[in-house]
Amino acid sequence: MSRPRLEDRLRERVAAKRKLLIPYVMAGQSEDWLETVQAIADAGADAIEIGLPFSDPIMDGPVIQEAAVLSLERGTTPQSVLNELGRLELDTPLVVMTYFNLVYRAGLDRFAGRLQEVGVTGCIIPDLSLEEFSGWEKAAERVGIDPVLLVAPSTSAERAKAICERSRGFLYAVGRMGVTGERDDASLEVGAVVSKVRPFTSLPVCVGVGVSTPEQAAAVVKVADGAIVGSALVRRLLEGGGPEGAATFIGELRSAIDSVTFDA
Amino acid sequence: MSEGSAAPMAEPTKAGWFGDFGGRFAPEPLMPACLQLEEAFRDAWADPAFHEEFEEVLHSFGGRPTPITVCKRLSEELGITLLLKREDLAHTGSHKINNVIGQALLTKRMGKSKMIAETGAGQHGVASATAAALLGLECTVYMGEVDTQRQALNVFRMELLGATVHPVTSGSRTLKDAVNEAMRTWVAQVDDTHYCLGSVMGPHPFPWMVREFQSILGTEARDQSQAILNDVPDYVVACVGGGSNAAGLFSGFAESRSQLIGVEALGGAAIASGIPGVLHGMMSQILQDEQGQILEAHSISAGLDYPGIGPEHAHLASIGRATYATADDDEVLDALERLSNTEGIIPALEPSHALAWIMREAGKKIPKGSTVLLNMSGRGDKDVAQVREILQAKGRFQ
Ligand SMILES: Cc1ncc(COP(=O)(O)O)c(C=O)c1O
Repeated sequence: MSRPRLEDRLRERVAAKRKLLIPYVMAGQSEDWLETVQAIADAGADAIEIGLPFSDPIMDGPVIQEAAVLSLERGTTPQSVLNELGRLELDTPLVVMTYFNLVYRAGLDRFAGRLQEVGVTGCIIPDLSLEEFSGWEKAAERVGIDPVLLVAPSTSAERAKAICERSRGFLYAVGRMGVTGERDDASLEVGAVVSKVRPFTSLPVCVGVGVSTPEQAAAVVKVADGAIVGSALVRRLLEGGGPEGAATFIGELRSAIDSVTFDA
Repeated sequence: MSEGSAAPMAEPTKAGWFGDFGGRFAPEPLMPACLQLEEAFRDAWADPAFHEEFEEVLHSFGGRPTPITVCKRLSEELGITLLLKREDLAHTGSHKINNVIGQALLTKRMGKSKMIAETGAGQHGVASATAAALLGLECTVYMGEVDTQRQALNVFRMELLGATVHPVTSGSRTLKDAVNEAMRTWVAQVDDTHYCLGSVMGPHPFPWMVREFQSILGTEARDQSQAILNDVPDYVVACVGGGSNAAGLFSGFAESRSQLIGVEALGGAAIASGIPGVLHGMMSQILQDEQGQILEAHSISAGLDYPGIGPEHAHLASIGRATYATADDDEVLDALERLSNTEGIIPALEPSHALAWIMREAGKKIPKGSTVLLNMSGRGDKDVAQVREILQAKGRFQ
């Protein structure tokens, strides 16, 4: 199953002056989760984050925690959902997001190989710090997986530079100090974090954590290249919105960010 | 010294590794706080004025130094010489006060006004609330909902001390989930808040820093046992949840001939049943399933219900400098009762694990005539209601 390389695809789109929309879904959360992935791809996602559930997700708020619990209760294992993903016919790059223990347990090379086999082309491991990154960096590079790194509002300029040099795919700018979850506009610190990383990277810069509404997504892409929307979508799925509800929401986000024109 | 030949219990590497364990597996938003904390701790720990203040507070407020008691009746019954390092006599009733005074002083030194903490049995929560009250810091304690029920009185104590207790309803609702929730909160409040972690675990510098704050008890115990025995003890024994009381004690004897023994709860035995993995910011021995999902620990003692262990203990086990054993709930209850009625000391359930191992092995793995130092890490007051219920159910008491 071969899908577009994450970084290639996102760079192409940015070059074509398209703002990026990257939704997050929790793998295995419900019976129809794969249909949801398909539906949000069709509704205009530029890449899709696929969460592999972990028992102790310290970067996630209550909504994504609940989805992880549901998924684990359904018997999800990393391999079971990756196998399912491999059967999808999609022209949208997939980015796995999970915690380091699942990767370490499988073995770094083996885990990277499994992602590659099922056509995943990017991976985010939020609890893998820059200091501990090199093993995974090599394993991912060997099989053409783009490892995405995070920069936070608290990150110093010096650290941001080092992170930018080694991130691949895109640069994940954390929009707010805190864990994943829906927030009101006031708390987003997008401008500062985006301008902190711009001097150090030509990668697409996408903002996640706390981006919940079409209005916020539009505000985010005024300064960033893309918006990552997790909890707001996962909540709709937890409430039973299903693939259709997900597609409607992604459609709303899509039109909101498409209404923002480049001024650069 | 090269990494390989470093003395046991030396400083970890720059990146926080004790051999193959430790490190810093924290989300990027927390990394600057970990780096800032490391710098602040290094600076403070090199400052004689900080040491002086730390020791002064632990003396005039914390009740240090705590004595060593030589058990008369129980020693005779077991055929060994049993010494107890009496951390149960420290203020708030356990060794936890040493670490929280250190971290609360550091919080002020960093110019932060709030502390958050996780707690299992409630001892670290009570100690944190105490230090916060003493130093005028705002304090919030995260505690698994199951533990708030097991340790209801400690919840009230914390509230009386002016802290807010936040029951954690995610996951197994015990210590590991309280740590998760405290970390999540720390991410959002890192500007004005210090996370006062309660054991030798978490991302660097916590495992090292907490050991250093607890080493005061090991240093005292070394000098005191030397004075009593004219020698170091043959065995130095402590219970291990995350491993802070054990690390503090072991640090006083790591370079001596003493055998170091850590005792975990059978249902939370990270050394015996865990495998290497990453949890709460550290690489250590962790209870987990084949996929890497973390398993829940189960024991009679909330303070030992932790699926991991401090990375330095994983290291000491791997190089053979310390040995880790287990005790089951029944042995622990027997040990608690026996110390109570032979020595007049009601121990907490946690150190009763270490005592249970000593009682089981005296005359077996521990040869008759040996000298054994046990860290009496806390007093049993917090546990008597729970123990009463269990023993009554067994028909042992009315
Ligand atoms: C009295 C006592 N001893 C030991 C422990 C376990 O902690 P550690 O392994 O960090 O010493 C606790 C934890 O709550 C405790 O209350």
